[in-house]
Amino acid sequence: MSVHVDDLAPLPAGQLTPVAPVKGKVGRAIRLPRSPKVIAGLVIIAIFAILTLIGPWVAPFSPNDNSFAQNLHPSAAHWLGTSNLGADIFSQLLNGARATMVVGFIAGLVATVLSVIIGITAGYLGGGADEGLSLAANVFLAIPGLPLLIVLDSYLPASGRSNTLLIGVIIAITGWAWGARVLRAQTMSVKRRDFVEAARIVGESRIRIMFFEVLPNLVAIVASSFLFTMLYSIGTYIALAYLGVTSTSVWNWGTMLYWAQSSNAPLTGAWWWFVPPGLCIALVGMGLALLNFGVDEFINPRLRAAGLSKKGMRKAGLPRNPKLGLTPVVRNRPRPATAAATAAGPAKVAR
Amino acid sequence: MIPLARKLVVYVITAWVAITVNFLLPRLMPGNPIQTMIGKLQGRVTPAMQQAIQLQFGVGLHQSLWDQYVSYWSQLFHGNLGQSITLSSPVSTVLGGTLPWTIGLLGVSTVISFVLGTLLGIALGWRRGSWLDGLLPLSTFFQAVPYFFLGTVLLLVFGSDLHWFPVLGNYQRGLTPGWSWAFISSVIRYAELPVITIVLSSIAGWMLGMRNMMVTTMDEDFVLVARAKGLPTRKVVTYAARSAILPSVANFSLAIGLVVSGALLVELVFNYPGVGNLLLQAVLNQDYPLLQGIFLVITLTVLAANLIADFVYVALDPRVRQEA
Repeated sequence: MSVHVDDLAPLPAGQLTPVAPVKGKVGRAIRLPRSPKVIAGLVIIAIFAILTLIGPWVAPFSPNDNSFAQNLHPSAAHWLGTSNLGADIFSQLLNGARATMVVGFIAGLVATVLSVIIGITAGYLGGGADEGLSLAANVFLAIPGLPLLIVLDSYLPASGRSNTLLIGVIIAITGWAWGARVLRAQTMSVKRRDFVEAARIVGESRIRIMFFEVLPNLVAIVASSFLFTMLYSIGTYIALAYLGVTSTSVWNWGTMLYWAQSSNAPLTGAWWWFVPPGLCIALVGMGLALLNFGVDEFINPRLRAAGLSKKGMRKAGLPRNPKLGLTPVVRNRPRPATAAATAAGPAKVAR
Repeated sequence: MIPLARKLVVYVITAWVAITVNFLLPRLMPGNPIQTMIGKLQGRVTPAMQQAIQLQFGVGLHQSLWDQYVSYWSQLFHGNLGQSITLSSPVSTVLGGTLPWTIGLLGVSTVISFVLGTLLGIALGWRRGSWLDGLLPLSTFFQAVPYFFLGTVLLLVFGSDLHWFPVLGNYQRGLTPGWSWAFISSVIRYAELPVITIVLSSIAGWMLGMRNMMVTTMDEDFVLVARAKGLPTRKVVTYAARSAILPSVANFSLAIGLVVSGALLVELVFNYPGVGNLLLQAVLNQDYPLLQGIFLVITLTVLAANLIADFVYVALDPRVRQEA
């Protein structure tokens, strides 16, 4: 029950084309960035990625240089003023990008790798292995992550608390379970498909089937899980730093908020101290969430049309008032129609 | 109720894992944090208290790890969570005074956010492409802002500058706690801004999840049938919403962990005397017994909330009842 708007070339009615074949990687890569949401997300993340790389070099001063006048308002010399100790806040912001992004990225990466291994193994093997791994995932989902991390980190020696790599890995421990559960469910549906059966009959090893036959079909879900986990990790890292659980001498946006809070910047009205790091966190989070929208719409084409405005729907040639039982599916390039639509005849005809 | 029994097993194991982590961490961590802590305490606390701490962490008792584990459990069963170092009173007493505030704050905001978010999600999914879609980018922004940052900004703008809400604390100073209207209304008044913060931050998740499920569910045949029968729109929406809401309830356990973590930090911003504030005290003072007690109590509370969500799920989904 879907209308393929761009399939305007009349197809011979009644001729059933098989379900669209899985397209190559290039096709996916090109199709994703077309939605404005995804482009906005990509631009935001790209800007912050560049900042992560060059931030400490372009910062005008050292973040620990306390030699300036204290509590300065924003000016040409100090774009975001100075702290109560006399350090340049803009330099702290630029330096803070690196630790924040790196921890988020590492935690997201480690957690995603864990969830892929555990989720696919549990879903593919089934039986006792599935029971055990699912139980582990459910236990980690039920334990509230932040309190556990606070307890874990507060027992770390000082050298461990300033080690961003270690903190990232520890955050990953609490962040893998959600992805593993989603991937397990998808693996269970993929493993019954014919090509997996075929691979099994051919005699491919389990590991090969799991990671070379099943995994490529879950790429979109893995991507979505990575984005979600990175978002979670950045939020958690910032929260830990804000609490002062991680080392307060490592510059990240959470540490900035910690110092701003502990010197009462919010109550003295020094917005230039605590608003910029907060906005940066929000922007990175928005960028990741927007990318995730794009991936979601890629996985579920129904959401693609649901996100269009009235104007966008007219432009795409969709009916003005969405009718019940009819979800328009927007496709950005001509592709073989699915069996259902072809059976219904040319485009714009439903049922 | 086989699914419920399975869930219960998961929660019991989760509680066991949390308790065992609590037991093992201080004993296995490199750098001997407990020894350091006891070293710092020398001369600052009474000998009785020092003994209590040594007993809790098994320092200088020359017991095997297993014996320590057994005695740790027996202490827990007696409701003994150890002694708070900074507050020099039992952890259970300290928590007993703060936990109700946190549970009240969290409970109210979670219910408001879930109900409001679900209703908005239904509206968004049903009337897709309308002006309501403008809420989507806005909600993404609120979702991405850390709870405590949003709290700080709200506190500054609406509390300190505009004086719309009272700031800092849980009720007006000078009032005696009790069931008087003056006290209760003051408690509500002081909770308003923290609740608004938590709701604003957490509502987007419920809303987006519900919207996406609505968009998918509206394509189902049973919705079309309901419409074809000529049922009023309100009824058709209810039909679709009832099955779209199930994943939201099923994902409650994922969401509640994040909400609790965020709410603990919101307490810090508003100086609300709940568990979050206590947590900061414990972290700053390296008060390990208090820290561990808080972790345990938060975990158990979250598990209880999950269990309630599971009961609701069984009540909503007839398929689960039939399997049993």
